[in-house]
Amino acid sequence: MATTRILEGLGRLYVFMLLAFLYLPIIIMALMSFNASPFYQLPFEWTVDWYQSLWQNGQLISATWNSLEIAVITTIISVVLGTAASLALYRYEFRGKKLLQALLFPPIAIPWLITGTAMLIFFFGVGIGRGLFAILLGHVALALPYVIVVVSARLQTFAPELEEAARSLGANQWQVTARVTLPWIMPGVIAGGLFAFAVSFDQFVVSYFLSTPGQTTLPVEIYAAIRKGFTPEINAVSTIIIVVSMALMLLTARFFKFGGEK
Amino acid sequence: MAGVTVSEVSRRFGAHKALDNVSIDFADGGFYALLGPSGSGKTTLLRQIAGFDFPDSGRISIGGESVERVPVEKRRIGMVFQNYALFPNMSVADNVAFGLSVRGEAKAVIATEVQRALDLVQLGKLGGRRPHQLSGGQRQRVALARAIVTKPRVLLLDEPLGALDKALRVDMQIELKRIQREIGITTIFVTHDQEEALTMSDRIGILRDGRLVQEGPPEEIYDRPKSEFAATFLGDANIFRGDATANGIRLPDGTAIAAGVGDRLAAGAKASCAVRPERIQIATDAGATDGDANVLRGQVSKRIFAGNNSTYFVDRAGQTLKVIVQNTGLDRLAEGQDVVLRWSPESTVLIAAAG
Repeated sequence: MATTRILEGLGRLYVFMLLAFLYLPIIIMALMSFNASPFYQLPFEWTVDWYQSLWQNGQLISATWNSLEIAVITTIISVVLGTAASLALYRYEFRGKKLLQALLFPPIAIPWLITGTAMLIFFFGVGIGRGLFAILLGHVALALPYVIVVVSARLQTFAPELEEAARSLGANQWQVTARVTLPWIMPGVIAGGLFAFAVSFDQFVVSYFLSTPGQTTLPVEIYAAIRKGFTPEINAVSTIIIVVSMALMLLTARFFKFGGEK
Repeated sequence: MAGVTVSEVSRRFGAHKALDNVSIDFADGGFYALLGPSGSGKTTLLRQIAGFDFPDSGRISIGGESVERVPVEKRRIGMVFQNYALFPNMSVADNVAFGLSVRGEAKAVIATEVQRALDLVQLGKLGGRRPHQLSGGQRQRVALARAIVTKPRVLLLDEPLGALDKALRVDMQIELKRIQREIGITTIFVTHDQEEALTMSDRIGILRDGRLVQEGPPEEIYDRPKSEFAATFLGDANIFRGDATANGIRLPDGTAIAAGVGDRLAAGAKASCAVRPERIQIATDAGATDGDANVLRGQVSKRIFAGNNSTYFVDRAGQTLKVIVQNTGLDRLAEGQDVVLRWSPESTVLIAAAG
């Protein structure tokens, strides 16, 4: 009995340390965004000045909007293209299918630094150059393999007779896809979309290569700001982002079970 | 409602001939079983009729309309799949409504038709359930209701009872037959279970290696099989092999067996005789000799008692014969006993040797 209790205690301690390891830096950062001292001096003095001055920081705000816009558009494009590609790979046999599937994985493993350099050279070569459009293209290319991998995994659990049954009842390809296949793979599509959003919104390396001083994203802007001199404004904007993205994640987890059908 | 005609249909998958020049007429309103071992092409044939796959050559027509290049969604067929294939994201009622809904029927019409179909399969009250909340037998009924609610021209069933346990299977066989009679739909049923084929269908087609071996009413195939395969696949049969004579065959040891049924063959040709185990009488003495009955002597090597009947395995000249006897009295034969087997030429089918 005593051993069980000790083990239980150790287990609890482990979980606590794990959560502390994950969340302590974030919590400190969030607290400092409400601290009056710009140099993280204690004692703690409550203020919302940093949040107010954030609204005056035009560069940071415009970079935040750029990041959000690019992440949303990246998510939409890569989910639509990725789901369509997964369905094509699932349904049809065609020349070079195996090769295509094999080529989908390496981009996930290639360091972003290298992908970024390659994109920069390529975009200059074809005349797209740098800027928000180049960043968007780059993000879609990075996110697409994730969506295809996640949606394809979900499709592996789909029973092909369901599509056959729907067709035998007179449904055309569109009706089969919209009413039978998509509802089944929806958890995969949502998970793929979250991946795409995260890949784009967190993206620093590729964005850094492809941005120009006026046209940049939040991570790149934060990096630039830190190099000029760190201000708690950065803590404030980071806190807002964390609260919003955690709320988004929790909401999604509440409405969709990622593990599959119960 | 419509009849289905398959003529000279062939289909290859690589080097494998899945269907080899198959022709069958499925009469309007009939209940037809396609019977065969796995790999015989019965499911391939069903999928050709459904329109999931197209033949390499040959013609298929439904109700006189040529359909061999028409995709499944335009063929107006109903199909029940082996594992039911119910849509897991929809309620029972929505599953049944699917075919009417993709056709753009009015909501009120759909509701009425769905209720009627669910009532027909005796699931009138379960429309709101999800497929995973139903038992195997209930899922089977939903699949059937979904397939017939659109008033298809032909109903196709791919081993629909395969996943059910024995007792439920018998219930569903009766149920399926009742529903089929009630709506009078042409039904084609794929099965590897000979008993199911015998008890349910008006006609049976036996397939083997992509070819149609024999086709006809169950009684005809059982009483007059045209090949050793048909004789042994549909029911049980004792097979004697020898050379054809004027009225039967002569076994290698010289014994003559008279056959009253089957084709006349040129004397001397290789031939077989098939006799059903229950047609043979077994006794300890020769008894009154009936002039033209076939008589063989042998020794009981094994007896299997099954309550209402007993199966005797009788050794005779290196061959083991099977005899099934109804246990109408208390007389039992012991293993090792010498016996006399007797059966009439009318119970003996002459079959040309496969060549």
